[in-house]
Amino acid sequence: MQLILCPHCGPREETEFCYGGEAGVPYPDDPSVLDDEQWARFVFVRANPKGAFTERWSHAAGCRRWFTAVRDTRTHRFLDVESIGASQPPTTPRR
Amino acid sequence: MADTLTRTHPLEAWRTAFAALSEELDPGLAIELAPLTTALDLRVDATGVFPFADVLGGPLPTAPNTWTPIRDGRAVWLGPDEWLVTSTTASGPRWEDEVRAVAGPHRGAVVDVSAQRTGVRLRGRDARELLSFGCALDLRPASFPAGSCAQTLLGQSGVLLLADDDGGPALDVVVRASFAGYVAGWLLDAAEELRPLPHNSDQEGDET
Repeated sequence: MQLILCPHCGPREETEFCYGGEAGVPYPDDPSVLDDEQWARFVFVRANPKGAFTERWSHAAGCRRWFTAVRDTRTHRFLDVESIGASQPPTTPRR
Repeated sequence: MADTLTRTHPLEAWRTAFAALSEELDPGLAIELAPLTTALDLRVDATGVFPFADVLGGPLPTAPNTWTPIRDGRAVWLGPDEWLVTSTTASGPRWEDEVRAVAGPHRGAVVDVSAQRTGVRLRGRDARELLSFGCALDLRPASFPAGSCAQTLLGQSGVLLLADDDGGPALDVVVRASFAGYVAGWLLDAAEELRPLPHNSDQEGDET
């Protein structure tokens, strides 16, 4: 069990969070021209690095906001977090 | 016809059990049902200005994990663009329209969520310890002073915790109505830990 730093609420217990998979997977420019294999590759195939991995996480039991986190897949340590969206700048956690 | 209906507290059936426990553990812990409130969920871009002071009777909190008193109620920070505003006196539909009239031009959204949540209020010197049995947050007064709020887990249930001070420290546990029975049962079960041992009844030194 570790504390994850929610960009909005501050450090919270890991059980409050939900995993959302790899971050920054680009949506196809023209999905209609993709064949089945290319579409399946976009939907299902994800990077699986050994080391730092950029992911989406959701603070499901708290503010319910999605954010981006960089996690080391070897140690499960969180290296960095940041909120999503320029219109919602990260607020300074009070704790 | 609807005028003849009266709201019943979702935890009404637990009132006697809470009263009996509070009497037994006095003054260490008291649990009572929080009054029924009208509640609105307000979502509006936090980077804008807040013209809500008039319609709410107080400012919206901008610091995370805090709440501010407003007219007959509270404005609770739920997220960077989301607040829960409550009132013990306002009429739900009319208040919703009034707040929406202010929020609308700022592309905000207002929804009446009065029936969503209910709550209990904990008092006494053991209130924070009771919650700490099932909540990982640091609830000591130094890090969770009056005016703080937190959405977190208590046992298996998501709750909204509010620290208040009304002549003594008080903690409100606000929970979704369908989870309220679970939380009430959890509180009674966890309070077993606080019962004094039969041969160790020291009741002195209470200054809560």
